[in-house]
Amino acid sequence: MPSPDDIKARIEAALPGARAEVEDWTGGGDHFRATVVAEQFEGLNRIDQHRLVYDVFGAEIGGPIHALSLKTQVP
Amino acid sequence: MSEQSNPIRSAIAEAIADNPTILFMKGTPEQPACGFSARTVAALQALGAPFAAVDILPDPRIRQELSEISNWPTIPQLFVKGELVGGCDIITEMYESGELAEVLGVEEATKASDPNVAPEGQPVQAAPLGIENRLR
Repeated sequence: MPSPDDIKARIEAALPGARAEVEDWTGGGDHFRATVVAEQFEGLNRIDQHRLVYDVFGAEIGGPIHALSLKTQVP
Repeated sequence: MSEQSNPIRSAIAEAIADNPTILFMKGTPEQPACGFSARTVAALQALGAPFAAVDILPDPRIRQELSEISNWPTIPQLFVKGELVGGCDIITEMYESGELAEVLGVEEATKASDPNVAPEGQPVQAAPLGIENRLR
């Protein structure tokens, strides 16, 4: 089961320079909430910004990670 | 894959094309089966926006095919005029900023209540075609 720190580390590794804050939303280890600030979001609409983050986890979203609620920002 | 060999995918694509505003969700607008779906329905209802709704739960293939079409992993998914607008997070953000009213072409002035509290008696279009029916 991933921890908020695992999820943060994976987002930051996949999007170099990004800053992510991740919390376990329900305490159950499968609903997470993340705020991600990344230069890579520049010029993308929200959908594509979120896709960049979702793509880090692929099929884990909806599987072991039941939900990853996102807020994305350009620095 | 041809349409013939994948009737679920073509039914989903048709539903997206045929309904100006369509929400794929867990459960129904009357009885959402997930908090994220419930919140998205509430935002649409708070704006008084008519929308079609499809419950993805009756068959796991609906979700699988939908996510293939939309390149979006989670439910709910709101499409307006054939385009994916977002899931719960984006719809909530857009509701709060007023963008959702704009995208849906409704007056923001009708925005009446907290999106977490669904007003009763808002119009909801009947579920489009029978995606579920095609699974039998």
